[in-house]
Parts: sequence; C-alpha cells; structure tokens
Amino acid sequence: MMFRNGDRKIEEIWLWLDERVGLTEIFKLVKKKDVPVHTHTVWYYLGGMTLFLFVIQVTTGILLLLYYRPSAEEAYESIQFLMTEVEFGWLIRSIHSWAANLMVFTLFVHFFSVLLLKAYRRPREVTWLSGMGLLGLALTFGFTGYLLPWNELAYFATRVGTEIPGAVPLVGSFLRRLLRGGDDVTGATLTRFYGIHVAILPALTTLFLGLHLFLVQKHGMSVPPDVERQSKEKKVMPFFPNFLLRDLVGWLTALAILAALAAFIPAELGKKADPFQPAPVGIKPEWYFMFMFQTLKFLPSYILGIEGEILGVLGFGLGGLFLALIPFLDRRTARGETSRLFTWIVIAIIAYMVVLTYLGYTVSPTN
Amino acid sequence: MVQWSMGGIVDRRRFLNWFLGTTAGAFLFTVFYPISRYLVPPKVQESTSRTVTLALKPADVKFNTGQIFRFGSQPAILVRTPAGELKAFAAVCTHLACIVQYRNDLNHIWCACHNGHFDLNGLNISGPPPRPLEQYVVNVRGDQIVVSKGA
Amino acid sequence: MNLDGFSRLAGLVLLIVSLSPSYLAAQQKPDNCVGCHTALGDERLAEPAKHFAEDIHATKGFGCVSCHGGDASDAEMSAMSPAKGYIGKPKGTKIVEVCGRCHSNARFMRQYNPALRVDQVTEYYSSVHGRRLKESGDPKVAICSSCHRTHSIRPPSDPRSSVHPLKVADLCGSCHAEAKIMAQYKIPTDQLEKYKKSVHWTLLSVKGDLSAPTCNDCHGNHGATPPGISWVGNVCGQCHVVNTELFDKSRHAKVFVQMGMPGCASCHDNHQILQTSDEMLGLSEPAVCIRCHSAEDRGGKSAAAMRTLIDSLGKEYDKAHSILLKAERSGMEVSQAQFELSEAKTALVKARAAIHAFSVVVVKKEVDPGLQISAKAHTRGLKALEELGFRRRWLVVSMAIILALVGAIVVKIRRMERKEQ
Repeated sequence: MMFRNGDRKIEEIWLWLDERVGLTEIFKLVKKKDVPVHTHTVWYYLGGMTLFLFVIQVTTGILLLLYYRPSAEEAYESIQFLMTEVEFGWLIRSIHSWAANLMVFTLFVHFFSVLLLKAYRRPREVTWLSGMGLLGLALTFGFTGYLLPWNELAYFATRVGTEIPGAVPLVGSFLRRLLRGGDDVTGATLTRFYGIHVAILPALTTLFLGLHLFLVQKHGMSVPPDVERQSKEKKVMPFFPNFLLRDLVGWLTALAILAALAAFIPAELGKKADPFQPAPVGIKPEWYFMFMFQTLKFLPSYILGIEGEILGVLGFGLGGLFLALIPFLDRRTARGETSRLFTWIVIAIIAYMVVLTYLGYTVSPTN
Repeated sequence: MVQWSMGGIVDRRRFLNWFLGTTAGAFLFTVFYPISRYLVPPKVQESTSRTVTLALKPADVKFNTGQIFRFGSQPAILVRTPAGELKAFAAVCTHLACIVQYRNDLNHIWCACHNGHFDLNGLNISGPPPRPLEQYVVNVRGDQIVVSKGA
Repeated sequence: MNLDGFSRLAGLVLLIVSLSPSYLAAQQKPDNCVGCHTALGDERLAEPAKHFAEDIHATKGFGCVSCHGGDASDAEMSAMSPAKGYIGKPKGTKIVEVCGRCHSNARFMRQYNPALRVDQVTEYYSSVHGRRLKESGDPKVAICSSCHRTHSIRPPSDPRSSVHPLKVADLCGSCHAEAKIMAQYKIPTDQLEKYKKSVHWTLLSVKGDLSAPTCNDCHGNHGATPPGISWVGNVCGQCHVVNTELFDKSRHAKVFVQMGMPGCASCHDNHQILQTSDEMLGLSEPAVCIRCHSAEDRGGKSAAAMRTLIDSLGKEYDKAHSILLKAERSGMEVSQAQFELSEAKTALVKARAAIHAFSVVVVKKEVDPGLQISAKAHTRGLKALEELGFRRRWLVVSMAIILALVGAIVVKIRRMERKEQ
C-alpha cells in the first residue's frame, strides 16, 4: 500500500498489529481528519502546543518524583541533591519549572484565541466547559507545584496565596484549613500539596483532557464566524501528515526554547523556608496570579461596609463564572450574528490582566 | 521545475530523507541520553545533609583517637573513646566556630583557639564554649560507618 | 514479773537519753524563740523568725540558739540570759567569730558538706574589708552578714541566694556604687556602672552563662582585694589562657610592668570590658594602640601591619563564603569547598588571638594559611558558577540539533505539499 519496496519488515509488523488492534481503521479515521486553512489557522496550533507542554510536564514530573521527598525536613535537601548529585537533575528540574510557565502561557493564548474566534459556540459548549475545567486544573497545578521545593519564596507566596480563599464568606476559613492541612502553612501543607499535585490533579486532568480531546476530534476544528460567512471555497489541509508535521515543528521549537531557558536562566533553589523568619519584602505570586494579587492590593479595605478583599474574591469568582457561561450568554453568536460586544469584553479582560500584571511587577511593594 | 536530471531529484530526496533521519536520531539521542543518565542513581546515594557514610572501616579507627570528616558542608569529628565506643560530633566549636580536635593525652575533645574543652558526651567542661557540641548518631553497617543527625 | 522489770529498764534508759546534752541540743523542742517572736505582733521581731525556716542552717537542723545562744526550751524572757549563753545581736568582729566558730572547723563542717571550704575567716582577714575591721573597727565595712544576710542564708548556687552570681554585682554595688558611703575612702564609685556595660555582664545576665566573671571572680570572695597591677594578667588568664600565654611572651609584658600599667586592663579596661573587635587594633580610632604608639614608631607600624593582615583575611574569607553561598543557592554542589573553608574561619579566630603576641610574624603565621584556603575556596566557587556556563555550551549543541531537525521537517513539508499540488 504505502510502503516502499525496502520496507517489507515494517509491512509485516503493521499487518500483525492491524489484525490485533485494528490499526487500519484507526488510520482511516486519522486520514479523514481535515483542518480548515484560513487567516486564523495559526491559532489552531495552540491547543496542541499546550498538550505537548503538558506531556513534557508529566514526563519531567515523573522523573522528579524519583528523587523528591515531600516532607518539610527533606524537600529542600532532596532538590539540592537532585540538582547537584543526580546527573542532568538540574536539566530536568529547570525544564519542569520553565515548561510550567510556558504551558500556562500557551494555555492563556489558546483560551483567548478561542474566545475571540468564538470557537465556544454551538456545538462546542461542552468542549468549552471542559476547557475551563482544564484551565482551573492547570492553575492549581502551578500553585501546588510552586510550594514543593519548600524554599523561602515559595513558602511565603503560599502563605499569602492560601489566605485569599480564606476571604470567601462563610466557607472561607474551612476552605483555608482544607487547603493548608491545618491552620498554618506547615509540613502538612507540603505533603497535601504534593498529593494534590501528583495524584489528584493528574487524575482529574485525565478525565477532563480525555473529554476535551474526544470532543475536539468529534467536532473538528471550529471555523471563525466571519470566515464561515465568506463564500470563498473552503481550503483544508489533511491533519495527517501536514498539520501534524507543522505541529511537530512548533513542538520542537518550543523544546529548543525550553533548552535555552534551562541553560541561560536555570531554576534557582534560593534559601530553605524558615517559618519563624519574617517574610522578605515584596513577596509575589507566580506571574499568572499576579493580576489577581495586584487587584486585591489596589482594592480599598472597605467598600460599602464590606471588606474589600472579600469583594475582590467574589469578583474573581463571578468573573470566572461569567467566562464559563459565555457560550450561553453570547446570544448573538449563538444566533449566527456578529457579536462586537463580546469581542470587546474579551479584549477588555485581556487588557485588564496585562495591565494589572505589569503593575504588579512595577509598583513598589511598600506602597 | 528546473532542468534536473532524474538522478538529481532522487539524490536530493535521498539526501533530505537521510538528513531527516539522522537529525531525528540525534534528537532522540539528546532527549533519551540525559533521561537514562538521570535514572541511574548517583554514587552518593543520599543527600549528605542528614546522613553520611564514611570511607573508613570501623576496624581502622583505633581506640582513643579522633578524626575530622565532612558532614554535608560542615566539619565533624569521629571519636573512638578509650573505652572503645564510636561517637561523632559537629566539629564546630560553640565559642567562635573554630574546628576542634581530639587530644589523646587529655582523652577528650579540645579547641586550640581559646582552650575550650569538651568531654566525650560533647559537654563543654572548661573554657569559653557556652554550649555542648551537637552530637550525631553513629551506626556501624557491616564494614561501613554511618553518621546521621539524630531524629 | 519480766514485763515489770523490762519496762523499768526501758524507762531508765529513756530518762538517761532524754537528759543527755546532745539529745537536748539536737531536739531544741519546743522552739520557743520562734514561737514568741512570731506571736508578739512586732514586725521587727517577727521577721527573722519567719525567714529562718528557708535558711540552709534551719534545713540542716540548726536553730536560733546555734548562733545567738540562750535557751530555746524556756518560754520566758529568761531564755535570753547571758548565763545561758545568749549574746544578743552580734556586731562587727563578733559576727565573724560566730560564723567562724563552725565554718572554720573542718571536723565540724565535713559532717554537713565535706567539699565546703573552711578558710573563709582567714581569707576575710586578708581582705581590705577584714583588715579595716580588725585595725580600725570600721562599722561600714562588709562582714559576713552584709553579703550573706542573716536569717535567709542560702548556698550561692541557689538562685534565691543573695550571693548568686547574678546578684553579686549589685550586692557589691550597694556600697561601692554609693558616693556617700565611699566618699571617706576616696574610692571611685563607677565600677558597677562600667561593669554593667561589659561583655561579661551581658554574658551573665542576657545569655545566662553563669561561668562569666562577676566581682568576686576577679577580686576574690572573702579575700576581696583589687588585683595588683603586676598580676592582673594572672586573673584574666584564669579563663583567657591562650591570650595570656601569648601576652606573657610578648614585649609588652615586661614593658607594662616597668611602666606600672595594669596588664590586660591597659587595653581592655578593668570593669568596662567591651566586646572586642578588629577595630581595636591599628592606628585609627577607635584603636587602643594609638594611646601609646604612632605611625612613626616600630610598634605603630606593627599594629598597622597586623591590622592589615587580619582585615585581609576577614575580607577574603567573606568573599569566598559569599560566592560559595551563591553557588549553593543556584543549585551547584559546593559542600566540599565549604567544608574546607571552615578551616579559614579557624585561622581567622586564631589570628585574632595571636595579636596578643604583638608580633607581625606570629599573626602572619596564622593568617597566611587562612588566605590560601580562602583563595582556594573562592576559586572553587568561581568554578562552580562557571559550570553553569559550561552547561550552556552543551545545550547550544542540543539546540542546534533540534533546530536542524526543525529545518529538515520544514523542508519535508514544503516538498510534500509541492508534490501534492
């Protein structure tokens, strides 16, 4: 069929597997897949890029598991050991650290591109919801993983970070206790975060990701409304091998960037956490939480008699809910009309997040 | 497109395929080589911040002697008491952080900087040191001496 | 018949025993001294009786009569008759006599504490206090009761004792810091104030190190006398052995004696002994050397040279220490280098002690190995940080491979799609 003369051996293996696993059928399905080609095709690569980076995380994460010790007494030392004694330990760790940041970044770009290109519209609402779930899972991965080296910055960032759910009315302090494994951030918090990071979140991600990928396969790539409306003939490219090869180019480039980052800006270890020392000045969360952190800092202590922090947290909750429900709120798009309103809303959200993140890094912490 | 001979196109295609295959192979090597080296446990099996296995044999440590060894990044002292017991302490004097030594004429630990004396339980018995030396746990595992920080 | 005889014999034995003096002395029952003095309602009389129960003498079985004489079994005023040995409130040398009656008797004292000294009275009469008391009967000098108090005496190791190490300075200061009391003796009264600024007092009061010296450790307990100028060093040398040994061999030792300078106290003061620092050495304030030396004389030049040496070691050590710390925090393995650097710390401490030989050669002997070790450690730190750079070079290779692969795939895509057209 597709094999050349010299590949007799490969053909034999293929036939053997086909009889047992049904390779031909799978291959037929894959061959059928087409990807629309238009000006916005470039955004299609981002979901796969995020997936690739997630696979990198799982791989490097599993490798790190072999040497990491999740107790307050040993965590820092085990990472020090990993970086100094284990061959290429520094590389695995730096890649894991950088890929986490890169993954969240591509995830956000993917998220906003879907919003702006209105890919969430019927029949992809469940895909959208599963994607929102994955966003939450990714951010939780980042939050829990950050604490694991048990160094000074991570410890205090977690202290501040776990205070914020505590601001939720009624269930706030219970939530905080649940997160921290106690009233304070201690070794119990570390072990709990470890369990969440390596077991609970991967299990949930498997479910959500499985659903998300299945649905993407089922519905195929969404074509933006204005492209759909054009009467030009619809150009497509086959998923296999054309789109996949292009995917591969992107993935390998990302890998090259990761290698460069690992080499030139390696992950630092810092100082071991000492709960009894005062917090160093200017504790910051990871960049993807910065906009929320800075917003809370800007809010006045009391607004109309209610604590500003509580209102802030509720605001974020409502914001998240709004985004989750966008497919159902954007009636115009559902009807097939242009929705400038929602486009502008999304652009406003992007601007808000970018500006607040920028301010978070430039505004003096002692103000 | 251009005037290529059939042989030229085949050559080019074959070169490209070869190049693709070779770089792919090199790439896989750069990925799997570090991973496989990583999986092999390092010579120093455990972090030396809590436990250290010495390169000495218990039989080689004579009675009424002491020697300095490295515990993590700090100096420590291994002592075989006159009675034959193996003991280990942090070798950092609690006065001004000089490195202490064993005196086999005094049968105990001494700091040369300001004449501080420590008994064989690490207690500061004379001179300026204000606190005892931190004591480590010594275990003999077959032919090895393992020193670790107490629980 | 047997019972009768037996009980009569028992009664006789009992009578003989109850009348014997030692039995009487041991029992002192009933103790009417305490009984009357507490019941009389006069605070001045009741106080001694109240406190005495905690006194160490009471716990050992002694009563009022042991020191004051009299008769404890007598419930009347006749208990306090001189005929019965009553001496009232002893004063001056009489107190020393009363205390010394037991405390200078070795045979007696070893029944109670075999390790306790029995020469306090002899020592006391060698002290300034004792000599004045004997020679002029001065009522203001310190006697046993001034420090040990009278009816609540406890061993010095007891934190409630008036002579516990933490209390001694203020106790001596209760007279020696009072200008009104000391005026007639023409003795300064600033010692307590100065001592309280000293590192010895800080060690005692803040760090709780009871081995730190207070007044009696340098001046003597019962034989309290200011140390003679020629033997100040011996006193300091009790603890500061290394420094004293070096000093005694130095050229300053003889010169100080000749000039009548008080040894260690010439540079370190006698009461206000402050925490030392490298700044005390050299030719610029707040160095002590410039009190006698200047940049022109040999001594001044030596001082400056020693200071330079020690400063250089301090700086090199700090440099090495911080670069190794930086490497460690970046995730590099430098524990061997840090281990070796700790020897440089030892060298620095030894060099600071070596100053007391007042010889550049001696200080240099300690500083040089320290400098070598620090330089080596610094190099190791640099190398560790370089390793980070080394990794970069290798990663450039792998990046090149990846990018080559990317290029190959791009070309493949192009060719593939050109063919499809």
